[in-house]
Amino acid sequence: MDTPARLSDEGEGAPRTILDVRGLKTYFYTDDGVVKAVDGVDFSVREGEVFGLVGESGCGKSVTALSILRLVDSPGETVDGTVTFDGESLLELPEDDMNKLRGSRMSIIFQQPISSLNPVFSVGDQVAEVLQLHEGLGKDEAWIKAVDLLDQVGFPDAESRANAFPHEMSGGQAQRVMIAIALALKPSLLIADEPTTALDVTIQAQILDLLRDLSRRWKTAVILITHDLGVIAEMVDRVAVMYAGRIVELSNVRELFKTPKHPYTVGLMESIPVLGQVKDRLNVIPGSVPNLINLPPGCRFAPRCRPRVENGLEICIQVEPDLEPLAAGHLASCWLYQDHDEV
Amino acid sequence: MAEQVKTFRREDEGEPIDSLDRYLEGTQAATVEPLSFGTIALRRLLRDRLTIIALGVIGLLVVVSVLANVISQEFLGVDPNSTDLQITFQPPSKEHLLGTDQLGRDQLSRLLVGGRTSLAIGFFGAIIALTVGVSVGLLAGFFGGRVDDLVMWFINTLQSIPQIFLLLIIFALFAPTPTWLVIILGFLGWVGTTRLVRGEVFSVRERDYVTASRALGASRATLMGRHILPNVLPIVIVVTAIDIGTLILIESALSFIGLGVQPPTATWGNMLAKAQQYFHLGPHLIIFPGLLITITVLCLFIIGDGLRDALDPRLK
Repeated sequence: MDTPARLSDEGEGAPRTILDVRGLKTYFYTDDGVVKAVDGVDFSVREGEVFGLVGESGCGKSVTALSILRLVDSPGETVDGTVTFDGESLLELPEDDMNKLRGSRMSIIFQQPISSLNPVFSVGDQVAEVLQLHEGLGKDEAWIKAVDLLDQVGFPDAESRANAFPHEMSGGQAQRVMIAIALALKPSLLIADEPTTALDVTIQAQILDLLRDLSRRWKTAVILITHDLGVIAEMVDRVAVMYAGRIVELSNVRELFKTPKHPYTVGLMESIPVLGQVKDRLNVIPGSVPNLINLPPGCRFAPRCRPRVENGLEICIQVEPDLEPLAAGHLASCWLYQDHDEV
Repeated sequence: MAEQVKTFRREDEGEPIDSLDRYLEGTQAATVEPLSFGTIALRRLLRDRLTIIALGVIGLLVVVSVLANVISQEFLGVDPNSTDLQITFQPPSKEHLLGTDQLGRDQLSRLLVGGRTSLAIGFFGAIIALTVGVSVGLLAGFFGGRVDDLVMWFINTLQSIPQIFLLLIIFALFAPTPTWLVIILGFLGWVGTTRLVRGEVFSVRERDYVTASRALGASRATLMGRHILPNVLPIVIVVTAIDIGTLILIESALSFIGLGVQPPTATWGNMLAKAQQYFHLGPHLIIFPGLLITITVLCLFIIGDGLRDALDPRLK
């Protein structure tokens, strides 16, 4: 690549950045207080890569995705940060332009495939809809193309299955339809928000295979949101680990599994049950996720962090660390690895 | 294309589908035209015998009512408004199939003509209520917030005024002709539909497919027209069928207190209202209009239920 990487946070000569998120903050103004669901998230996604976003439920993965697409509804609001997609600043784009961009240049698929489809229309109709919407195709033309797309996502009898209604499909089939819809216009970015969580394991692998094949063929970058480290290991090029609304570690996937740095990442890896290994109890991270309304002033993970206690670090409780590079392409926000004046 | 497809795997096992051609061969014979939702609903409806009978009865009533004048003149040879005081309160006979009333008018021809007015009041009143109710309800439910507050405030105010007094005042200003009755009943009837539609829209707009569609770039109009409205429509149709019935009943009730359509224009309601004074002289004057109102309203309620079942995409 001779084009220099723009806005890229690490590595030399990396491919072009398609999405760059800086300091993203999305808060929910509830009666109980301000829930800081996403509180200063930075990452970027390169053209054509599969980028993983991993973390526990409620750590802000999905809200990050919805914020990028500007689909956060009241009482939620993106209060700060920038989202640059293909050179355009999304948070400043007029709603009409944003609407044109959604579904054509950037799409999303959700966790519940069957309920993501309108029960009143056949699946072929719904694939055709996105083509009519963005490409201005006529009804018949769109239908033919829709059948072709269904064929490409692996329906051997696409022509007749196009007439099926969502309730006649299994979860795996419905997710294939959603993929066909999301990729119909060959977007440059697809956000897959827990695409296989609701499916059983054998179907999971097929859906992931399909996602990978199609994204490669059409050079679509994918943000894969999941809480399943197995999926991450199998699918992803680079990965960001989120905790309580922030990214705590970001690295390429091999390095993350080989040398996890942040104590939270380490804890996550240790809590995966290993096949064939009999244990009385699983390793768990002590404590629980902090309340996103009243966050501790220092590192969000500090109250649960064993290495902090072992090393007697005081700064962790008082000052929040930034996401800083430890090695080429490996960032972590942890005082264990950063210079600081002891307080 | 075929080559690309071959790299995919079959749903049930992991092997690549080289056998795709074989798959396609088997299915290609059964090339199916895209089935619209309407077609499927119609098929389901045709299987529901009770609803079909009810539809048949209403259809027949509509046809004979529309052709009321022709039928009375050509087939019965009577004028529904011509009086003959020598033949009052006659029971059913060959000349007057359903007898005559207190002024010696032929009851059958009056029932036909009256049916036209009664059904028209029901149908057109319900259409007004439906159009206004659905539009306002859809907007209130979709936009919520201030729009919704305003609409609800208006509805609550309107509904807290006793309807009968409202009608009394209105009919003091306007003569209760069929046209005015339709307009007034229609514009009083939409509030119920609006309340219902608004509530449904609130629940439908939070469904995943609405979010999904929004995430795929659907405009507000598309969301409302294509994704929300069709999912609200089944309940609206049921309510409309029932509304028609209710409006026919309201017209009867209004006639009873003298606020309905005024004679000599016949409606089932005002025929029934007049007849109660002469119950002992001509019971047939009560039985037949009463029976027609009951059958019509019952059929409309049955149709409402049948349509709901036919339009529910989850039932099969």
